[in-house]
Amino acid sequence: MDLAGLADFVAALWSAGYRVIGPTVGDGAIVYGEVRSLSDLPQGLTDQQEAGQYRLVRRNDDALFGFHVGPHSLKRLLLPPKERLFTTIRKGPALTVVPEQIPTEKIAFLGAKACEIQAMLTQDQVLLGGHHPDVQYLARRRNLLIIGTSCTSAGGTCFCTSMGSGPSVGEGADVALTEVISESTHHFIVEAKSSRGAELLSPLRLPSASSSEQQIAAQQVAAAAKQMGRTLVTDGLKELIAQAMDSSHWDSVATRCLSCANCTLVCPTCFCNTVEDVTDLAGEHSERWRRWDSCFHEDFSYLHGGAVRQSVKSRYRQWLSHKLSTWIDQFGRSGCVGCGRCITFCPVGIDLTAECATLQARHP
Amino acid sequence: MIALAGTAPDATDSALVPSPYVVKRFVCETDDTFTLTLAPSAGGDALRFAPGQFNMLYGFPAGDVPISVSGPTWRKDVLIHTIRAVGPVTKTLAQLQRGDSVLVRGPFGVPWPIANAEGQDVLLVAGGIGLAPLRPVLYHVLKHRRRYRSLTVLYGARTPSDILFRQEIAKWQARSDLRFEVTVDRSDASWHGHVGVVTQLLDRIELSPLQTCAMVCGPEVMMHFTRLALSKRGVPSSQMYLSMERNMKCGVGSCGHCQLGPFFICKDGPVFEYPRIASVFSVKEL
Repeated sequence: MDLAGLADFVAALWSAGYRVIGPTVGDGAIVYGEVRSLSDLPQGLTDQQEAGQYRLVRRNDDALFGFHVGPHSLKRLLLPPKERLFTTIRKGPALTVVPEQIPTEKIAFLGAKACEIQAMLTQDQVLLGGHHPDVQYLARRRNLLIIGTSCTSAGGTCFCTSMGSGPSVGEGADVALTEVISESTHHFIVEAKSSRGAELLSPLRLPSASSSEQQIAAQQVAAAAKQMGRTLVTDGLKELIAQAMDSSHWDSVATRCLSCANCTLVCPTCFCNTVEDVTDLAGEHSERWRRWDSCFHEDFSYLHGGAVRQSVKSRYRQWLSHKLSTWIDQFGRSGCVGCGRCITFCPVGIDLTAECATLQARHP
Repeated sequence: MIALAGTAPDATDSALVPSPYVVKRFVCETDDTFTLTLAPSAGGDALRFAPGQFNMLYGFPAGDVPISVSGPTWRKDVLIHTIRAVGPVTKTLAQLQRGDSVLVRGPFGVPWPIANAEGQDVLLVAGGIGLAPLRPVLYHVLKHRRRYRSLTVLYGARTPSDILFRQEIAKWQARSDLRFEVTVDRSDASWHGHVGVVTQLLDRIELSPLQTCAMVCGPEVMMHFTRLALSKRGVPSSQMYLSMERNMKCGVGSCGHCQLGPFFICKDGPVFEYPRIASVFSVKEL
């Protein structure tokens, strides 16, 4: 598929009733917004990432998906930062509860990286895998079409290969794209990953990719896997963390950690949320809103008498041990997909991979 | 991968959306503790629950808190909850009067092992408001008395005026088919009973350790020492059940607040067989 083909595909998605969301440029970063045409995409841009650093820079080509990951993730669409759950109306002593409508908007996400899709599947388990599936999330999830893009380069804080979540788009996508650019060509290898994806692609009558084109694309993705900016040794890590609750290393992290919650907000799997009740002055109308919360906040663990996790050390330990150890107990997979956002967007540059390496060195 | 197919999501199915209940009865138990009897505003049966399960009770407009059911399982028309007024929501609930409305979601959580305990001696150890979540067990065992061997309740309150369910306790103490012992931490002139922590009562009773199923509910420190005292008496840790408490917002394991190591207290607990939580119990700030 060439650029014109991709433009046709975007137009076809809009006419099929999808609102197309994808990477756009905003506030000096790649953020998610509406994609009406290819000009909305971050053409020719990439991101340079290091611990505590994120910069958009120009590429030496016109790649549309040549970035890695930015501060936004799919959880913004599926588990919005703030949403109303129900409204309560009081008339005399009687209370009436009006549940929020089930969302019906169809969204097509264009340009989801492999780690993003794995993060979404990880959140699916939390919000849909129990006895009480989250109906709002389920509705949004069912109405979400995913067009993934396999990465052909890795960012400075990426470690998806360590977590087995990338760089190639796998399960969870409806369509997978691999962007191939050389001096002579700029095209996409397209693969239908679901029946819904296949239905949307078939009217485009795309030419079949030659085996050499497929091979070149596969080689570029394989090259990205060798460029990972970070590595996490996961072998034995779950057990090590579970046994290192008393490690003095948590004190060391606590001297640097600001407990600002940035890592949890940018993390594509962090799902913790709280509820707020907003009432009118007359006390007749109250709305319950769910909003993102973070285990880095002191009141997160509040019980009668005070917070269970009062120290920053205990809150960092909770976050890291949940992400890399107890998540596996709970859901059979790690809570980390190796996207590196928590490293990049930490204002003091705390690096989860480095902290784990230190733990591993201290507690062999 | 979680399958997304199946029936379309329905807003009224959400475990996060409560149902209105009406206060049928409000009973003051002590200065700060009260019991609410609630019936569905729409009529019909109340939510079915098992002893040890909790509901999220919403005191309009302050918000909701997890409160264990303290009434008998066979009362299908109402839900009975005993609540201590300590925070903004419970203080709002404390202002309710007969005819007022409350919102209820639930029931949530893993109940006490009343089926496993059949054929065994049942030992209930409660501290403070911890008696309320154990009361449905007591009702159940008394109703099905032949299915169980001995029944012993050890209850510790802070002071004589903090003792819950006083009249009921007097009736239980008059029965010959259970032993109900009460202790207080601090006595006053009215008190002629035992003074001291609840583990001291444990030292005074006869026990067939291998045939005892112990259910313990109270502050964590009280459960810690009760567990140690039970171990000392030879009760296997696999026959000790504790009810844990953490901050809860959703009740279904999707808000993350109530985590204790690998567990979501709201859905994996609140009742745990002790060996399951041994590695995380009493870990500071976990």
